[in-house]
This record gives sequence, C-alpha cells and structure tokens, in this order.
Amino acid sequence: MLHEYDVVIVGGGGAGLMAALHASRGARTAVLSKLYPVRSHTGAAQGGVCAALGSEEDDSPEWHAFDTVKGSDYLGDQDAIEFMCHEAVAAVYELEHMGLPFNRTPSGKIAQRPFGGHTNNQTGKPVQRACYAADRTGHMILQTLYQQCIRNQVTFFDEFQVLDLLMQNGAACGVVAVELATGEMHTFHAKAVLFATGGYGRVWEITSNAYSYTGDGMAVALRADLPLEDMEFFQFHPTGIFKMGILITEGVRGEGGVLVNDSGERFMERYAPRVKDLASRDVISRSMYLEMRDGRGIGGKRFLYLDVRPETVNRYAELDGRTRPDGTAYRVTAAELLAKLPDIIDFCRTYLGVDPMTQPMPVQPTAHYAMGGIPTTKLGQVIADARNTLVPGFFAAGECACVSVHGANRLGTNSLLDLIVFGKMAGQQAAEFARREAYLPLPRDPQAATLERLAGLRQADGRERAADLRRAMQEIMFEYVGVFRTGDGMQQALATIGELKQRYHHVRAGDSGRVFNTDVLEAWELGCLLDCAEVTTAAALNRTESRGAHARDDFPRREDSTWLRHSLARSTPGGVELDYKPVVITKYQPKERSY
Amino acid sequence: MQVTLRIRRFDPEKEKRPHMESYVVEAEPTDQVLDLLNQVKGFQDGTLTYRRSCGHGICGSDAMRINGRNRLACKVLVKDLGGTVTVEPLMGLPLVKDLVVDLKPFFEHYKLVMPYLVNDEPPPARERLQSPAQRLRYDDTTKCILCAACTTGCPSFWANGEYVGPAAIVQAHRFTFDSRDRAGAQRLQVLNDRMGVWRCHDIFNCTEACPREIEITKAIGEVKLAIATGRIE
Repeated sequence: MLHEYDVVIVGGGGAGLMAALHASRGARTAVLSKLYPVRSHTGAAQGGVCAALGSEEDDSPEWHAFDTVKGSDYLGDQDAIEFMCHEAVAAVYELEHMGLPFNRTPSGKIAQRPFGGHTNNQTGKPVQRACYAADRTGHMILQTLYQQCIRNQVTFFDEFQVLDLLMQNGAACGVVAVELATGEMHTFHAKAVLFATGGYGRVWEITSNAYSYTGDGMAVALRADLPLEDMEFFQFHPTGIFKMGILITEGVRGEGGVLVNDSGERFMERYAPRVKDLASRDVISRSMYLEMRDGRGIGGKRFLYLDVRPETVNRYAELDGRTRPDGTAYRVTAAELLAKLPDIIDFCRTYLGVDPMTQPMPVQPTAHYAMGGIPTTKLGQVIADARNTLVPGFFAAGECACVSVHGANRLGTNSLLDLIVFGKMAGQQAAEFARREAYLPLPRDPQAATLERLAGLRQADGRERAADLRRAMQEIMFEYVGVFRTGDGMQQALATIGELKQRYHHVRAGDSGRVFNTDVLEAWELGCLLDCAEVTTAAALNRTESRGAHARDDFPRREDSTWLRHSLARSTPGGVELDYKPVVITKYQPKERSY
Repeated sequence: MQVTLRIRRFDPEKEKRPHMESYVVEAEPTDQVLDLLNQVKGFQDGTLTYRRSCGHGICGSDAMRINGRNRLACKVLVKDLGGTVTVEPLMGLPLVKDLVVDLKPFFEHYKLVMPYLVNDEPPPARERLQSPAQRLRYDDTTKCILCAACTTGCPSFWANGEYVGPAAIVQAHRFTFDSRDRAGAQRLQVLNDRMGVWRCHDIFNCTEACPREIEITKAIGEVKLAIATGRIE
C-alpha cells in the first residue's frame, strides 16, 4: 500500500513525539512506531531531565554547558552543547505547560535533585539541576508527549516496523514498513523523513535497554550508505541490577546513596575525591571495574553494593558535611526515600527480594546509552560526510542521532533533554523543509530490497538459529567491547562478529506466517544489531586512546593531538571504512578531567 | 528447575479456535515468565507470538493472563508460581495471534476521556505553580502504563465491551484532579454516560490486576463522587 505524507517520523519515543508535535503544526505528518508509542524506551528513564532553572539554588546554563563539555571528555561539539543547555530552560517549562507532573518544591516550583557531573562551577560541588517526577521522569515525559499528540490529533501508524529508507539521488524520499497485524508491506512517500528510532544496547549481554532497542534506524542508515558518528562511545551505566542489567537510577546517589566494596569501603572517595559517588558515569563504571578486577567485588564476585539505607545516607552526609540549599544539615528518612524512589525500590523487591531500605543492592555496570549515531547538525539535519554535507530530506533526533552533545560520555539527565530539545528542532526543520520542497519521485520498485531481505530470512537453509547468534554476539561484545577494552580483545570481537555475519545468512525464521510474525522481525533486528556491533568495534579498535566511555588498557591516556576528533564509520562490502572530522570548540579548551 | 509452560496458542492463518500447548523449560527460580516465553521462542518454537519490550514492568507490552490472573510476564517470577505455569491472552479484546490481542478498542476508549491536560490560559514565563499537596492529589493515577491489565480483567467490561473501562477512568482521574487542568467538568460529563463510571460495581479486579499498584477502584470512586456532588476536590 502507498501512503503520502509531508513528514514521516519513524519512532514514537520522546524524540519522535516531540518532533511530531512540532512538525504536525506546519505539515501533514505521520508517526510510525514498531510498538505502541507509550511502550517506547523513553518510559524507562528514571532520574530526571536537567535544566538550569535555579529552583532550588543558584545555577546557570553556562555551568550546565561546561559540565556537559567536561563530561563529554571534550569530544562534544561545544556550539551544540551551549545551544542545548540554553534551550533547556524553556524546554522544561514547555513540558510543564503540557501537563508534565514534576515533583514540586514547598513553594510550588519544579523540584530538582543533584546528578552525576552536574556542578556549581564556582564551588565544584554538586548542584540540584535534574528536574524530576519521582524516579519515573521518562515515563512522565513519554506519557505527556503522547497525550498532547492525541489532543493535537497526530496521525499514528502503531506497530508498523520500518525496514528501509528510500533515497533518490542522495536525498531521502520515503520509507518501507511492515504492518505487524497483517504482514502487509507499506511504502510511505515523504518530502522529509525523520528518524527517532532509539539505541542499540541489545548488542551487549548485560543491558538496561529494552528488547526492542536493536539499532534499526542506525543499521538502515548504514545500508543507505550513510555514516554513523562516534559509535565507539557507548555508555555503561554504573548501577544495573546484578545479572539482569535493569537500571537503578543515578538519582539514588543523588539522594545520598553510596557504592561500597567487599570490605564496606566507599571506594569512590579514592577515584573522585571531590564529588565521589556523583562523578560522571564513565569514571564510576571504570572505578567499579577496577575494584572488581582487584578482588574487591562482593564476595570476590562481579558486583558491588549500592547502599541507600537511611542510616548509611545520613552517616556519609554527616561526614561530607552535606547541607540542603537553606543551610540545614542533609538528613533523610526511609519514608522520604520511598516517596522519591518508589519504582527502583519496587524493582529490587520484585526481582531480587531485596528491600533497599534495609539491605544494599547488588549492582554492576550495564550497557545503557549510545553517545554515537546518525550524524546531525544542531537543527537535526543528517550529515553525509566529514565535510558536513547535508542529506536533503533526512532528519534524526534522540538516541539514534549524534549531534554531538554527549561526546565521549553523556551526563545523566542529558538524554531526556536531548530528546526534547533536538526532537523539537528536527520536527520544526522537517516541516519547514517539506513546505519548501516538492516530492521527489520514488525509486522504481521501492520495496524490492526489503522483500529480498525478508525472503532471505524466510527461505535460508536454517542451519543457524537467530537466538544462538544473538547470544554469541552479546557475550563477546560484553567481554571485549565493554567498560575496558584492549586491541587484542577487540580484534577477536571483530573477527567473531564477521563470522556471525556469515552465519547469519543461514538463519531461517521458524514462523512462516504473515500475521504478527515477530520471528522474522526479530531475525531482521539481529541483522541490525550485528551491523551496529561491527561499526562499534571497528571504530573502537582504531581509536588508540582512552576518552570518556572508551577506555583502553593498552592506550590509557587521552591523546588530544591525534584523537580530538569524531569518527565517521561506513559499512562497505570490504568491511568498515573510517573517516574523521574535527570537534567544534567555542570557549572551553580541553584540559585534564578530574572529579 | 524444570517448568511446564502451558500456553494458549492461536494461529489465525491455520485454525478456527485456540488450543493449549505445553513446553518444558529449564529455568532459574528468579526467571521471569517472560524469560520462559523467550526460551520457547528462541530455542523450541519460533512461531510463539507475544509482545514485549522493556522487560522490567515499565512499558506495559506483556500483559497477559498468568495462572488465571492478569499480570505482566516480566514482573512475575517462576519462584512465585511453581512448576506449572499457564499463560493465556487477555480477555475481552479480539484475539490476533497466540498471546497478542487487538488493542485498538482499548486505545479508542482511552481517547474518549480527553486524556490530556487542558488549560488554554496563556502560560506564565516559568512553570505553573503547584503545591506538593496539589501534586500529591493525583499522584497515584500518573503511574498508569496503559498495559490494559485492569480493563481486560473487569467483569463489567467482559459483559459489555462499550464500557470505557477502568484504564480510561484512571486517565480521566489523573487530569480531573490536577489543579492546572480546566476540563474536569467536560470529562465528568463523558464519564456520566451509560457507558461510563456507573458500570463499575466495585469488584476490585482492576486494583488486583494493576502491576503499578494503582488503587483503581478508589480512583473510580472519587470520580463517581465528583459526578454525584458536582465538586472536584
């Protein structure tokens, strides 16, 4: 079936819905989601969305910008970062006006809490910048944006999975999608296509990411011969529930929780003496790795404790001399913590049988967030090469995009901010582009490539099983392309991924039906994951330094003279091709990073 | 441990009505029911079909009947169920395939109640102020993830699929009691309809089914009271 829309948005999470709200004001817009939009992974974000509102204490967008630049290990583009941090304030108020139920201060303002890497630039101490709704901030953002889309009668195609991007002479002109309920193929002809398809954390064995986080948009872009930027930078969140990877928000440490090792030591004091457990995520995940490597994991195992029992919080708050903004000593009760962290307390009780008010939580770093992705300008326009050539009609926002505001390491709460600021920008730009431009002709037989790929998954010899290949990929990526990396390990991972890609040709889906065939689609998604894993590993192997989330035992130092630049990875039949482009520096000169 | 997983299967392209099928799965006591389904799909029978996404009780994709109760498959652990687990699709919505039901009617009901904040007064430059007590007034119903476990567990909804159902009333509650909202009266009018709140008979199935532990029957009661008294407080 053929459809025609000015703007087609792929993905119904925070970025896609924000884009939809703004694009639909000026152009005929359709949103395609492989889920119902309210199932999107934005809903799993917990701790907050940051903006220098100064509700609770002095703050400024300039401080926020510097913290983000420093957090990015100087790889973020500073013009984009300054733009985002200044837009943040209006963006958060816009969400409030839409109805988002933020927690409130006693005077009725939006409540804010401290988060890793966010500081008062004068004192160096943590600042309350994360605007939050308990530990459900992402859920509230997703729900609020969906509600406003319903109010504004945005057109949704729910459970339509996009499988291809259609191009005409280097410009985007539509997408091909399958309707899950019927198995019918649809072609969407569009003036502008906007990808907001999320991340690809399912490449790794232990991840906080949803099953549906399979890098579809990124892989589709690679197959359209477009590059992906900075894919070697993937964030491992310090506190995933041991073995399961389920996220325990950094807000726990914002409220005063601490990480402890087997001897009960608050080890972050040694690694980040000033902000300790509120250092940025890459620093903490690495510190945890080193503690566990040196045998100080709990019982010698591969996990540590996150302790937010009120007596622990109060003991360290007293030792640190932590005060509230009004100058009184910071002390908490179990009831206050329960009210601020209800969901993570529920997770621990459900999945671990552990009550965080009386027992510490077993945690380990968990694959969490792609700093890299489809390269864009700060207006959400997709970039095709190192000279910043634009791809006409193609836009991207959210985790699948790389603006780059997160550089080598994202600060907590900047992801939700990224969604709303750049979702809005990309949506507005796509609508403006559609108003200006005419439809390009569709390629002849637009579904041919997709049908061929799906036919392969239905007709292969079936010597391999998708589940086996997925497991092998996840294990090798967690082992060798994780928190710490070495050249040898990554060589091995790259070779294995190459073998898995060969074996993938033998995968045949077990379900041969048409209606709701998730078996074919999961096999298709595995192909996307393998493509993402390959460019991630190749870009990581080539970067012979340590920066942000990319930490190498064999190259432990940051090397600005050679590596202060973004990677651009392309997938070719002969393997991954890498190119590089400079980082935009405005007023923050790179310097050594300490917390 | 070994678990026998009994699943109600239905392939619309091959059969007229559902049938039960059993699988034996090797499981840890701490495994989720979703892990069992993934085991079957990945390694025994790729045709098994169900929705899932976040895998930890936040996205609402995998609501289904587990041992006769509406639950999220990712929020129920094997150790709480024992050696035999029976999994069936939600009731009261058209069956699509295996554990997948058609959610369109559910979302149509959701849209009926104006599930969004309405306030067309020009907003201030900063936030609209709201006291912690005002915020707390509607806190419980903000937790809803639209998983449909409540509505599809409600006997009144089974009896009449036109009834808006508990999930839609939860959404109406969330906005009606928000001090910033201005459409309370309109929403209450919608729910005062023949297919509105009066079809609720305080059976409490919805409250028991809610994976977010929302006190749904209480929320519905508050909406009824507001309609009866004409006061939103």
